[in-house]
Amino acid sequence: MGHILIQDLCKSYKNRRLERRGPRDLYHPNETMHVLDHISLEFLEGEMVCLLGPSGCGKSTLLRVIAGFDTPASGEVTIDGEKVRGPSPHHIFVFQHSGLLPWMTVWQNVELGVRNVGDVQARGEIIQENIDMVDLTGFEQHYPYQLSGGMQRRAELARALAANPDVLIMDEPFNGLDFLSHMKIREEIVNMHELLRKTTLVVTHDIDDALLMGDRVVVMSGRPAQVTLNRQLDFPHPRDPKKNTVLGDVRDELFLMLGVSYAI
Amino acid sequence: MNRPLAHYCHLMISERMPKLMRWCYDNRRTVLPFITLAVMLLIWELTARYSGWSPHVFPSPSKVVYSMGELIANGALLRHSIASLFRVTVGFYLAVIFAIPLGIFLGRMEIFNLMLNPLIQFLRPISPLAWIPLAVLWFGIGDKPAVFLIFLSCFFPLVVATAIAAHTINPIFFQVAANFKFNHWEKVTKIILPAIMPNVLTALRLTMGIGWLVVVAAEMLAVRSGLGYLILDSRNALRMDYVMVGMMMIGLLGIVLDELMRRLARLHPSLQRPY
Repeated sequence: MGHILIQDLCKSYKNRRLERRGPRDLYHPNETMHVLDHISLEFLEGEMVCLLGPSGCGKSTLLRVIAGFDTPASGEVTIDGEKVRGPSPHHIFVFQHSGLLPWMTVWQNVELGVRNVGDVQARGEIIQENIDMVDLTGFEQHYPYQLSGGMQRRAELARALAANPDVLIMDEPFNGLDFLSHMKIREEIVNMHELLRKTTLVVTHDIDDALLMGDRVVVMSGRPAQVTLNRQLDFPHPRDPKKNTVLGDVRDELFLMLGVSYAI
Repeated sequence: MNRPLAHYCHLMISERMPKLMRWCYDNRRTVLPFITLAVMLLIWELTARYSGWSPHVFPSPSKVVYSMGELIANGALLRHSIASLFRVTVGFYLAVIFAIPLGIFLGRMEIFNLMLNPLIQFLRPISPLAWIPLAVLWFGIGDKPAVFLIFLSCFFPLVVATAIAAHTINPIFFQVAANFKFNHWEKVTKIILPAIMPNVLTALRLTMGIGWLVVVAAEMLAVRSGLGYLILDSRNALRMDYVMVGMMMIGLLGIVLDELMRRLARLHPSLQRPY
């Protein structure tokens, strides 16, 4: 489960504001902004896909279309042969900033994904299992504001996993985390993925994240976004681009594609 | 010896202080307000005694306290207070029952907002007191016109506050709701109500205060009970001491009501911060 086919996807926004704010404003009123330009991609079942691209290029928009939050102008997204028509528990979105409901405890938040499980005991077991998996045991009755940023991110991950989705969609899951939390959650996501083999889409702007995590890395160009690279990375974990020269070469290539260089 | 000032401040409040001073310092949250109160009462008493005004025009605090004892003893103060509290409670609850659901509709559904908001904005600035003639004509005498006026005074601020709170709910929460396939009932109970609750509680506290302000005016209509009536009736009898008793009671009960509303927010940790 979790095979994703994206065919000829286009998406554009119309600028809403009617006037420019002074002569220096780069804004063009009523202009149509093309965000996604004929994107076609295929993600296999159980793949970890990392989407890279310059900021504002439409990576998030692509994810939102896949999740069903936005409708494309043309083209379509099919998951396991079924066209995406809207948000669904089959493809859960993990938000860039916390998507936890702040008035609910960690337990209640994780419970959102398993409301359809009728048996209370079975439900409790699933919730506990997922909370344990993300290492939040003992924080079940805490409210999100009582958790650190990294713990909030993990709680949201537990909530997504509890719903047992076919596809997990993460929009910059490391955004706003400190370096150590970033490394730790990155490792946890990879471990979780090794264990559950769910198709996982991760938007990131960190090339190393993509290299270390992805089974496939997709690079998108600036707006309107087109796919400039779609490459499988079948390197075994643990990966280290400093030791594995092939991976290091891929890394250099990605830096080049994104128009930056690592060495200054 | 060049020690920082803080060092001496620390010494001042240390063990070397006399016991009484120390006690006052430790309980300054209670002591300081009482000092203000005592000074005010003293000034009042002195003005009343030596200003040369007749005690019928400007009664002294001792006279007011004595009259308050009278009114407590014959049960009038309790009866009037309960009558006022009853009217405020009924009017306030009626306003809550109608205003919060309407506010949610206004804030969440554009069609309601477009249709009803101009009407609400038009009615809102009309003082509840301007409704007095109509209220008496429509509801006759007794509790009803007073309750109606309190309802009006609470209703509009509450609608507007709820609508703004509902309108500004973070859209991410609704995306989460869609992702986990919430039905309409769950959207209301698990997203909208908890999200607006901190702001609505603040609005409830404010409108309760407005209702308590209006009840006095409302009771100067065709009723024969309530603190407003006590004040009006005492004025007619030229008993300014009773007028002041009525005013003091309104102030005291106002503090109690406000404190009750404030405690509502402490019932649940999720009510304490807006989202």
